[in-house]
Amino acid sequence: MLKIKNLRCCYGNIAVVHTVSLSVRQGELISIIGANGAGKSTLLGAVCGLLKNWSGDIEFKGRALKGMSAPAIVRQGISMVPEGRQIFSPLSVMDNLKMGAYTRFKKDGKHRVAEDLDMVMQMFPILKERSAQLAGTLSGGEQQMLAIGRALMARPALLVLDEPSMGLAPKIVEMIFSTIQDLSHSGVTILLVEQNARAALKISDRGYVLETGKMVLQGSADELLVDDDVKRAYLGKDYGDFLDERNQ
Amino acid sequence: MAIKNNYIRIEYLVFLCAVSAFGFVTENTYYLQIMTFIGINTLLGLGLNMLMGYTGQVSLGHAAFYGIGAYTTAILSGTYGINPWLSLVCAVAAAVFIAFIVGLPTLRLSGYYLAMGTLGFGMIVNIVIREWAAVTGGASGFVGIPVLEAGPLIFMSGANYYFLVWGIVFAAMIVCRRLLASRTGRALRAIHDGEKTAVAIGINTHLLKLEIFIFAAALGAVAGFLYAHFVLFISPESFGFMFSIKIVTMVVIGGMASVWGALLGATVLTLLPEVLHGFAEYEMIIFGTVLMVVMIFMPQGLTRGIMDMIRTAGRART
Repeated sequence: MLKIKNLRCCYGNIAVVHTVSLSVRQGELISIIGANGAGKSTLLGAVCGLLKNWSGDIEFKGRALKGMSAPAIVRQGISMVPEGRQIFSPLSVMDNLKMGAYTRFKKDGKHRVAEDLDMVMQMFPILKERSAQLAGTLSGGEQQMLAIGRALMARPALLVLDEPSMGLAPKIVEMIFSTIQDLSHSGVTILLVEQNARAALKISDRGYVLETGKMVLQGSADELLVDDDVKRAYLGKDYGDFLDERNQ
Repeated sequence: MAIKNNYIRIEYLVFLCAVSAFGFVTENTYYLQIMTFIGINTLLGLGLNMLMGYTGQVSLGHAAFYGIGAYTTAILSGTYGINPWLSLVCAVAAAVFIAFIVGLPTLRLSGYYLAMGTLGFGMIVNIVIREWAAVTGGASGFVGIPVLEAGPLIFMSGANYYFLVWGIVFAAMIVCRRLLASRTGRALRAIHDGEKTAVAIGINTHLLKLEIFIFAAALGAVAGFLYAHFVLFISPESFGFMFSIKIVTMVVIGGMASVWGALLGATVLTLLPEVLHGFAEYEMIIFGTVLMVVMIFMPQGLTRGIMDMIRTAGRART
């Protein structure tokens, strides 16, 4: 569904992502893991049209995305949950969700959008409860749900999540990840970018490891989870064990 | 939701009654004249509020569109004898066209840079009006603007013009309200809160900003038209940089992102100088102090400030 070949992204003259290739097939849940500054968000920026300065090929459903504006890419069916949630805090929860369907009102009409609103509210009952409240008054976890709900309102063929675990308590992270897993089971194709490698790989089909702008490892999630390099570098094995113990 | 809508309708009904009652009861032409100016300024405030209050794009050149509206109708109907109503269409068209040309590059800017860009634009328009004396009458002003007529109605006596202006203000308020409640209105507020995220969600922010800039310009041109045919004599000072700042002040004092804010801001900024005439040389000092006090105690503007006060009072009672 999504194919990236030899992608190179630059900020000015400095290349942040070098010759990265990856693919996402229909129905898969793929995660890209890597430390701070590895170029994960930059890569997503290129896919979503937010970053213009890149070379290589990005193909979505057989169509080249080169030169397409971000709104055009949204209409192609890629929807992003941005890093740090980025909900519209002065707007109500309801208005935030409706914003997600911005590109669809003309094409699909109000009724289809209303149906999807119901679907999202069913998935996140808390959003229904708070629908009239300003989005800025929600807690971090609720805001993350709102950001996911907003992205789903675009009825994406591919849902892109940029660090959904950022700044959230472990328990909330667990819940968000189980939601992502449910979405995947329901047939949504998902590209997940995470620092929290263990949590991400546990729910993924396949994974890619990004390090200082290069793809250093790829494979099935199960392989990556037990890979010694990955364990040492990204999973922070000792810390992971500590967490497991604490959770018991 | 239904209750909320009714509530809004009642708000407008009360407003409509108050405005009409004032028009029928008042015979003093001075009061009617002041009220007419308030109406014209409200139109300017409404337009800028859409751009600045809701979309977060600061324009320091809004008076330019006011001037373009006023001078287009003055020249067409005064010099060339075209029907003033037709020249209204031309005035709006001119403002829309110029807003499109100017907005295309400037709205790629944001924040301070957009403010500077529109500031420069406002100054250019003012200089053109001032220096193109053969057409605009230059610094000494334009004389000979015809009076508005529609069949047997002559819009000259205080009350007639008052109703014309407030009718248009009311219509403009409804249009703004409808626009804001729509998908476009949500998108405008989304741009205000985070333009990048708005793009990521699929909003063509450049186009939308351009559209709202043009909308504000069109409202400004209508205000300019109403002003020109009301005072029948216009000069460049009325459309200069200081007046652009005054419109910005109306929006900020009245309350950003509120349709009522434009009305309240225009009222305060039109009435205050009149009330303060009695203080002669202290006028500007008091004027400035009032603005400062409002901003210190009601940083959200009068609309929100008053609403909050009512709410606190209500809570104290229960």
